[in-house]
Amino acid sequence: MSEQSVVIELSDLHKSFGAHQVLEGVNLEVLSGESVVIIGGSGTGKSVILKHIIGLLAPDRGKVLIDGTDLATLSEERLSDIRKKFGMLFQSAALFDSISVWENVGFALRQHTRKSDAEIRAIATQKLSMVGLKGVEDKMPSDLSGGMKKRVGLARAIAMEPKILLYDEPTTGLDPIMADVINNLIGDLKQRLSVTSVAITHDMKSAYQIADRIAMLYQGKIEQVGTPEEIRNSNDPVVVQFINGRASGPISVL
Amino acid sequence: MDWIEALGRGTISFVTETGQASLTLWRSILAAFRPPLGFRNLMKQMEEIGVNSIPVVLITATFTGMVLALQSHTGFRRFNAESLVGTVVALSMTRELGPVLTGLIVSGRAGAAMAAELGTMRVTEQIDALATMAVDPIKYLITPRVLAGMIMLPVLTVFSDIIGIAGGYVISVRLLDANSGIYLRRTTQYLEVNDIMAGLVKAAVFGVLISAISCYKGFNTAGGAQGVGEATTRAVVISMMLILISDYFMTAFFF
Repeated sequence: MSEQSVVIELSDLHKSFGAHQVLEGVNLEVLSGESVVIIGGSGTGKSVILKHIIGLLAPDRGKVLIDGTDLATLSEERLSDIRKKFGMLFQSAALFDSISVWENVGFALRQHTRKSDAEIRAIATQKLSMVGLKGVEDKMPSDLSGGMKKRVGLARAIAMEPKILLYDEPTTGLDPIMADVINNLIGDLKQRLSVTSVAITHDMKSAYQIADRIAMLYQGKIEQVGTPEEIRNSNDPVVVQFINGRASGPISVL
Repeated sequence: MDWIEALGRGTISFVTETGQASLTLWRSILAAFRPPLGFRNLMKQMEEIGVNSIPVVLITATFTGMVLALQSHTGFRRFNAESLVGTVVALSMTRELGPVLTGLIVSGRAGAAMAAELGTMRVTEQIDALATMAVDPIKYLITPRVLAGMIMLPVLTVFSDIIGIAGGYVISVRLLDANSGIYLRRTTQYLEVNDIMAGLVKAAVFGVLISAISCYKGFNTAGGAQGVGEATTRAVVISMMLILISDYFMTAFFF
């Protein structure tokens, strides 16, 4: 068995917005080909972690290393190059309203490759069929339902066949059936493309289904990391309260 | 002494905002020289800002020229100078009203649209999405709009000047019984190339201002739908004010 390299390393990440301290020393490693799911309550900083991984935010303290490179040491240009390794699915898909579905999916190809429009359209159609969408290429994003938008967003994220996929609450806001469709797609992509992925969610069903390891974020730090089995059988009262969805326990919301 | 605190805070925020907006404009101009050149985006913005503003600019300019002729005729008659109306209309349109009124109209039309569009993109994470796909949002979104503003405002001003002068001609000759030949001669008699060119330079500056301010406000929107509305309003108000303020200084410089 080959040794897996560390693709993403978060080291002692601290981040605050004004007086609000969001991350207080986050440490996490993601190995090549692995799927890590970060769980935690709403507003606890999960999205903030994701934005640090892709360099949209810079930490106040601590380091973000991608394939061993510290993002803070990079120029805008080099950071841009590193971003080409990523594909990201945003919570509400963040499709570009003014262009059609196939132009959305093929966007990165148009910007970074010399392929013709016909070639890009063909690739876009193929990626769309990978996510179970046919015949929507010429529609505009405003014509699509929430589930379809997410799937187009997914097709767009994988269009350049990235090494690393980031998912921001992939199943939030979807009906149970569509949520399962997305979970299956994510698992499917993992098999087919051998990508490394980091997802954030508070949907435990989704987490158990797609994760190799689950990490729980609580009070700005990683409370526990483990396989789905380990998390399910956790003795940590914070983890237990969260995964079982109990209003009372050490995590106070009110 | 609360007002001193408020004044200090206001000044700091004003200077900071102006600095940030200028830096964004500078970055967008530098980005214009980096390949790929984004021709398609530029064409689209030129159509949005320029072509789509033509109807409203034409109507505005027509009535401006007409009222200018009417006002100067009735006013100048008080001291027997009605024969100068043609000159007044030509000089006023090319030097001042053409560029400034066109600028104000386009600011309300296209400037508001730019701020709203970019603001909506910001709050729906589309701008972050661009960044994650290794596309510079400033180069993709702001550069074409700034360039389109700089190119299309002078073009629109030319239309304005012509239609305004034509409007003034129609009113003077048809309604106010001026002599057609004399009026036309007066129009061109005292008109210098400098008048027209200075007007077009002003228009180009206004174009850059409108785009830069509207894009900056939209790009930095925060706070959902309400934030977008706020950004749009502020973009239009600030653009209009800066058009009028810079107009004075440019006029002093050119004339």
